[in-house]
Amino acid sequence: MTASMHPSLIFLAGALLLWVLPLLGRKFVILLVPAIAFLVITQMAPGTFYGYELFGYDLHLLRIDKLSKAFGYVFTINAFACFLFALHLKSRYEHTAALLYIGAALGAVFAADLISLYLFWEVMAITSTFLVLARKTEKAYRAAFRYVMVHIFGGLCLLAGILLQVNATGSVAFDGFSLQGLPTYLILIGFLVNAAAPPISAWLSDAYPEATVTGGVIMTAYTTKTAVYTLIRGFAGWEILIAVGCFMAIYGIIYAILENDMRRILAYSIMNQVGFMICGIGIGTAMAISGAVAHAFAHIIYKALLWMSAGAVLYMTSKSKCTDLGGLYKTMPLTLIFGTIGALAISSFPFLSGYTSKPMIIEAGIHEGFFWVWLILEIASAGVFLHAGIKFPYFVFFAKDNGLRPGEPPKHMLLAMAFLAFICIFLGVYPQPLYDILPYPVDFHAYGFEHTLNQFQLLMFSALAFFLLLPLLKRTETISIDSDWFYRKGGRWFYAGCAWIFNGINDFGDRVFAQKIPSLLNRFFSDPSRSVQKRTVQLIAGATGNKSQVERRNEEIDHRTKALAYPIGGSVLLAVVFVAVMSLLYFN
Amino acid sequence: MDPENKKPEVWTWFDHPRNIKRLKIGFYIILVLLVIPDFFIHKHSNFSSVEAWPGFYAFVGFVSCVVIILVSKVLGYVLKRKEDYYDS
Repeated sequence: MTASMHPSLIFLAGALLLWVLPLLGRKFVILLVPAIAFLVITQMAPGTFYGYELFGYDLHLLRIDKLSKAFGYVFTINAFACFLFALHLKSRYEHTAALLYIGAALGAVFAADLISLYLFWEVMAITSTFLVLARKTEKAYRAAFRYVMVHIFGGLCLLAGILLQVNATGSVAFDGFSLQGLPTYLILIGFLVNAAAPPISAWLSDAYPEATVTGGVIMTAYTTKTAVYTLIRGFAGWEILIAVGCFMAIYGIIYAILENDMRRILAYSIMNQVGFMICGIGIGTAMAISGAVAHAFAHIIYKALLWMSAGAVLYMTSKSKCTDLGGLYKTMPLTLIFGTIGALAISSFPFLSGYTSKPMIIEAGIHEGFFWVWLILEIASAGVFLHAGIKFPYFVFFAKDNGLRPGEPPKHMLLAMAFLAFICIFLGVYPQPLYDILPYPVDFHAYGFEHTLNQFQLLMFSALAFFLLLPLLKRTETISIDSDWFYRKGGRWFYAGCAWIFNGINDFGDRVFAQKIPSLLNRFFSDPSRSVQKRTVQLIAGATGNKSQVERRNEEIDHRTKALAYPIGGSVLLAVVFVAVMSLLYFN
Repeated sequence: MDPENKKPEVWTWFDHPRNIKRLKIGFYIILVLLVIPDFFIHKHSNFSSVEAWPGFYAFVGFVSCVVIILVSKVLGYVLKRKEDYYDS
């Protein structure tokens, strides 16, 4: 079988076409590109293709197996929905950035070696930055700057790790890493930065909510889930990831609860969900890996749906803070329904897609006998319902009515949401098609009576806790300090501290070396012989204790200097001595 | 924004106290109904026999959420700042 079309090429071609086509043509292109890419991926046979040589290594741009195909499917399906949602946009610039970004994400997923992966990795970081910049606000510019700086840092870690790895093993292969050492740790850090693992996680909640309405929807899927893919490929079964994943799951919940901006709530819930996946990767058994892939698939769909409903609200009201919103069910019932389907799916409500994917990871943890993993993931599951399942729809669509009466968003947005809502329900009711594309065959049945009942209990009593403690959850017009504090505030303090220390040294140097010492020297050399004589007289007087002669001697010196009445012989003698000393010093 | 949506239809179902009351009652009934079957079926446990107790998952869900809310409330005092915190 010959190599099929590379999916990234289709996106690249689409991005180029945008610049020659009129608006109507552009609308067709952005919908056709993901659709064609999806069809191409369905037809791909396993193997590695698109070989090329760089730095003397054999590299391949296209590695097709079940794992890369699974991510390829969901990336293209989601891209189709996102572009349908963004159909109203006339901006060539934003669509181009989005197409290149998604194309690079597919390139990273299909890359067969570390060097190709790195190249696509960096393209993703740069193109996604434009989706934030396209918001064209001062806040967005700043957030985009921080976003790209963090990703450059992560990319450099990855590059350093790759170079060390290639140097140590002589191979550019990107498969499961077995050796734990500096190279693999650096690669792991590079991946974890993109997965938004604390402490380098705040870029996500910082930048995504500042992106454009449609850019935010698009960004949620690709950067973090490409990182999940690379972690599965390289670090399956690394136990440290269990701890990282559990921490992320809880961390995301706490910050989401503190948050006021609806899109920032959803940004934190990405971290929470990616935490589940990373935990599954750390467990590393066939079931856990399949669970992580299934969850990534389901997550991309319902998270895009949630961001679309939030995006629709932002698009119609230009507001994004819970304190400004509320009562929107009155005029946006369809958006509410679609958003709620997404919210219930993320909470892994039975009969929706989260329920047929996430429990697989928890089940895998139970099989391995990890008590703490099980407990934390159950607590986190309850917490998801709290922050994303109820809090998001409640404060946006119900709660206090702020008098906003926007209508429903444009039809193409509703259609995009309906499409994703359908997938959420479909995969919740009939998950077999999803299970068929997973890297390992799974024997998992979500709908045992007991299991379903347990899940309902967990969720409904979480809801009870939410409504009973509602007064404690009152929204405040605040932001929360996250790890971006270190480069936003801490950086400023560091700058101020450096300014104080180094400018202080500079001032001191200026005072001493540029002002004091020259003026002293100036005074001395204006009349050196008088100064030397007076000083000598003073020293002698000090040594002998006989000060009565000092005044008279000084007068004598002044008189002699004025009259220039020095014995010549003495001067000549001094000159001879001086020359003798100089010649000794230099010519010896 | 869209001219055809300028005067959207306004739903007010959730604004009537009577409806909210109905929802509440319905919600409580569901909660009770969810726990009742636990008394009649044999439940499996993974780590400890406590898991087989009736209403275990209801308990976990409720307590987890209460703890999460309280913990985030406390952390909120430390972490929350005014919105212009980074601007100054």
